[in-house]
Amino acid sequence: MKLDSKIPAGPLADKWNNHKAKLRLVNPANRRKYHIIVVGSGLAGSAAAASFAEMGYEVSCFCYQDSPRRAHSIAAQGGINAAKNYQNDGDSVRRLFQDTIKGGDYRAREANVYRLAQVSANIIDQCVAQGVPFAREYGGLLANRSFGGAQVSRTFYARGQTGQQLLLGAYSALSRQIGLGAVKMYTRHEMLDLVLVDGKAKGIVTRDLVTGAVESWASDVVVVCTGGYGNVFYLSTNAQGCNVTATFRAHRRGAGFANPCYTQIHPTCIPVHGEDQSKLTLMSESLRNDGRVWVPKNAADCAKPAADIPEEARDYFLERKYPSYGNLAPRDIASRAAKEVCDEGRGVGQLVDGKRLGVYLDFSAAIKRLGEGEIRARYGNLFDMYENITGENAYKQPMRIFPAVHYTMGGLWVDYNLQSNIPGLFVGGEANFSDHGANRLGASALMQGLADGYFVLPYTVTDYLAGEKPGSRPSKDAPEFKAALKDVNDRVAKLLSINGTKSPRHYHKALGKITWEKCGMARDKAGLEGAIRDLQALRDDFWKNVKVVGSGDALAPELERAGRVADFLDFGIMMCLDALTREESCGGHFRTEHQDAGEAKRDDAQYAHAAVWQWTGDGQLPARHTEPLVYEETQLSTRSYK
Amino acid sequence: MALTGLVLIGFVLGHLLGNLLMFKGPAALNEYAKWLHDHPGLIWTARMVLLISVFAHIWVGIKLSLENKASRDGGPAVDATRRASLGSRTMPYSGVVILGFIVFHLLHFTFKSVAVAYQGDSVYAMVVAGFSQPAIAIFYIVSMLLLCLHLGHGVSSVFQTLGLRNERWRGRLDALAQAYAWFIALGFISIPLAVLTGCLK
Amino acid sequence: MVQENGKATTLALKLRVWRQRRGQPGAFEEHALAAVPTSASFLEMMDMLNEQLIKQGKDTFAFDHDCREGICGMCSMTINGMPHGPLPGVTTCQLHMRNFRDGETITVEPWRARAFPVLKDLAVDRSAFDKVIQSGGFITVRTGSAPEANNIPVPKPVADEAMDAAECIGCGACVASCKNGSAMLFVGAKINHLNILPQGQAERDRRTLAMVKTMDEAGFGNCTNYGECQAHCPKSITLDVIAKLNRDYLRARVKEFFSSTGKPSKGGD
Repeated sequence: MKLDSKIPAGPLADKWNNHKAKLRLVNPANRRKYHIIVVGSGLAGSAAAASFAEMGYEVSCFCYQDSPRRAHSIAAQGGINAAKNYQNDGDSVRRLFQDTIKGGDYRAREANVYRLAQVSANIIDQCVAQGVPFAREYGGLLANRSFGGAQVSRTFYARGQTGQQLLLGAYSALSRQIGLGAVKMYTRHEMLDLVLVDGKAKGIVTRDLVTGAVESWASDVVVVCTGGYGNVFYLSTNAQGCNVTATFRAHRRGAGFANPCYTQIHPTCIPVHGEDQSKLTLMSESLRNDGRVWVPKNAADCAKPAADIPEEARDYFLERKYPSYGNLAPRDIASRAAKEVCDEGRGVGQLVDGKRLGVYLDFSAAIKRLGEGEIRARYGNLFDMYENITGENAYKQPMRIFPAVHYTMGGLWVDYNLQSNIPGLFVGGEANFSDHGANRLGASALMQGLADGYFVLPYTVTDYLAGEKPGSRPSKDAPEFKAALKDVNDRVAKLLSINGTKSPRHYHKALGKITWEKCGMARDKAGLEGAIRDLQALRDDFWKNVKVVGSGDALAPELERAGRVADFLDFGIMMCLDALTREESCGGHFRTEHQDAGEAKRDDAQYAHAAVWQWTGDGQLPARHTEPLVYEETQLSTRSYK
Repeated sequence: MALTGLVLIGFVLGHLLGNLLMFKGPAALNEYAKWLHDHPGLIWTARMVLLISVFAHIWVGIKLSLENKASRDGGPAVDATRRASLGSRTMPYSGVVILGFIVFHLLHFTFKSVAVAYQGDSVYAMVVAGFSQPAIAIFYIVSMLLLCLHLGHGVSSVFQTLGLRNERWRGRLDALAQAYAWFIALGFISIPLAVLTGCLK
Repeated sequence: MVQENGKATTLALKLRVWRQRRGQPGAFEEHALAAVPTSASFLEMMDMLNEQLIKQGKDTFAFDHDCREGICGMCSMTINGMPHGPLPGVTTCQLHMRNFRDGETITVEPWRARAFPVLKDLAVDRSAFDKVIQSGGFITVRTGSAPEANNIPVPKPVADEAMDAAECIGCGACVASCKNGSAMLFVGAKINHLNILPQGQAERDRRTLAMVKTMDEAGFGNCTNYGECQAHCPKSITLDVIAKLNRDYLRARVKEFFSSTGKPSKGGD
């Protein structure tokens, strides 16, 4: 596998501008002769599709939801970072770059992160012009807040619904192009395969979820912006439909998958309440500004109501372990600390599967200090949401929280142009791997999705198309399309015909149990090796005993789930293998063998690289390749929050 | 609906004020009636505007009702209303009854071709004679109560349709609409009631 | 029923659920479901029902859902006649089973409106909403052509009001709850969001006229001020947006009527 990152030469700050000046262009009259397929309609997908259409290309956009507006970018709460320095607090492109690369525990590609920080300011301009109702000061100018422990206020936000508003902005731009006929939108269509002709991505195969029709589509280039794979853990804060299928199908066709073991666990989610739970709900991290995290010192106290546990019997473990950051310790560190105390048997809340997995987030001190009214003003909507879900009043008793999978930093490998190792296959947003390294900072995901969609892909895809002859795209009758179509049809027929005894959800839950326990917040060699064996057995069982009800010619949610779970099973094996072979701890990847008294211990000498996995065939383990991460202007240091 | 409704809302107020002259005695009412008849230009203009408004109101109302019924596609099997007022839900029905009432009322007092109880020139005497029949008086009273229901929703809707309402004013405007509806209805009802109870002779 | 501290922790339910294939008439099916935890969400209860159906070898009920945290707007069930169920201000996915009684019969139907045809069982086609947006629910700005963000000051109250309207999640409960199947709350929210911002002024009249026209063509009913939409909106969007839509529409129509065409009239001298 050839992995050329194509990082432009020159000083870090000039790379993108120099590179843009050298990228090839396509004559406006020729643009309509090129057909671009965009898969996914979240921030990256909508922004890219709208921008391509504005430039004059013929665009088709696909999403599995009933409307492009529903992509899971919509659920992001906190905000979007941008190096505007409106607060005059010393922010700059370089500082945002430094924070992001440090936050990623020095496992991201330097040049990509710098470019991200550079274009961040343009994103805010674009979104404001679209009518995104960002928070304002009374003077009418934009407001900012500090987020995720940053030392500057660079986060722009729209109440607790920033992702929703940014997505609606991109969706409105996309909708304009659909209305003009420049984008053909295919909703309730799921990409089930990538079609390669002469080694280049030239189309996709989709299934119409309403009619069941499997169709192929030819194009000059394919842009995949289909999000992350958090649902490999079954329970996550992701939407139910989020899946790895599009990227994994591309992977099976030869695209390298980079760093699948980098997953982010968010510390403040509502704990699991029972076996039938389908989803974990994120509570804004801002709660940790005023809440104190604790568990009982004695496991014997765990079943008691919180009020019956006296102050001296409480262990405020974040404040104890990290005196300077306390309850505001970064996401990965706070999450791991919560897991440790629960593993010690000191968790609180309902017994689920014989364990209590939760820690208290206590506002009583803050209520005493500031009054209930002030706490209500700051977090009222979150307290309401908590009560709605748990039935508990968090003004009267402490909240219970537990970490949950939230975001995945790994993804399809891409070069500086966001092109995968398959020519003509571009990957944007959470679906690619390049910008967040081993851990993502708060308010950076929205920034990256829109940066890719609005300000990177339009340039780099154009450069690629300039090298493709207009009108040279193959016909859908080409043998490669027919073969891919047959593969997909065969797979659908196979899933429907197994007629076993267990539901797709059964396998998804079993998969999640393995990945969460063995490849979740803490990982070790024996556990990962066992997980790989268990997942292989589960995969074999799936293909023998799954029962998929419904028919192939109508809306069939079980069939959709079965296909996604099948890919997650293969993907889970690769994720565990990646975790197993990365013999270090960094960011969200914590190997218990590699630590300094509980702190992640990186091994820069051996692992300052991206691990890129190559598909080698059904039932085979993938092959590992590496892209060394070259740091030209960054000093690697150890993150410490003690 | 709002524009034609506005004309009709104004008309019922004028009509009521005229009617209330009943309480000032036969001379006042008869003089007012005579004054109207002496200004045929005025009265016919008003009648034409009213006639057009009534027909437009009915035509648009029927069109809306049919469109809305079709848009609903049958609605859910279980009906659960959370907020819609009785008046809002019965607009077409109260409207039909009020239309029937208008037709009867015109035949009764304007064309004097049904339930005629008095032959002569005194409007006052005609009204007293008409309402002395309990069945007719009660029909008038019930119709006015339905008018109240219709106006209560109609008046408040005018503000909404013309874009003159917001959450801050909604309560006050709704109260105003209710007050107006009850003022009109009770005002009209007072006359048959007074006749029935013998206060007006 | 299992009890803990005198409170029921699981429920036994009787469910009447709508079953329909696209383009064919539908009917209710009755199913009993036991041991539903009160802590489960309504959609998790539906998941349990579907798992039970799979065990029985029957087809599951198709329903739309995605984020399950009340923001994507995909879930769409009419529960006991109420879009999103009995708890005001929440979506179906945020409705929890502790709001129901043990032994209760629950009727589950799709959104009912001509403009939202049933795709299967409880899933409907809401693309009419997208068409309304495509006709004018945007501010025309090409990628890269935006001015510096702080060049356009937006007074805080205006930004807040725009945000109030922009919170709409496009779920369609307003249409489903309206006894006329009207989409005025949705369209009003969208138009308000853009029409009150300084950035949205250039296209204000054009946007309003185009979106209302598309809405009418999509087969939605007319607003007769029932107010059910506000009462069922999971984001509690108020009727104000409809009043303002009416005002902007009237304004745009009047301006259009009196606007100069810039050309001599037909038959003119």
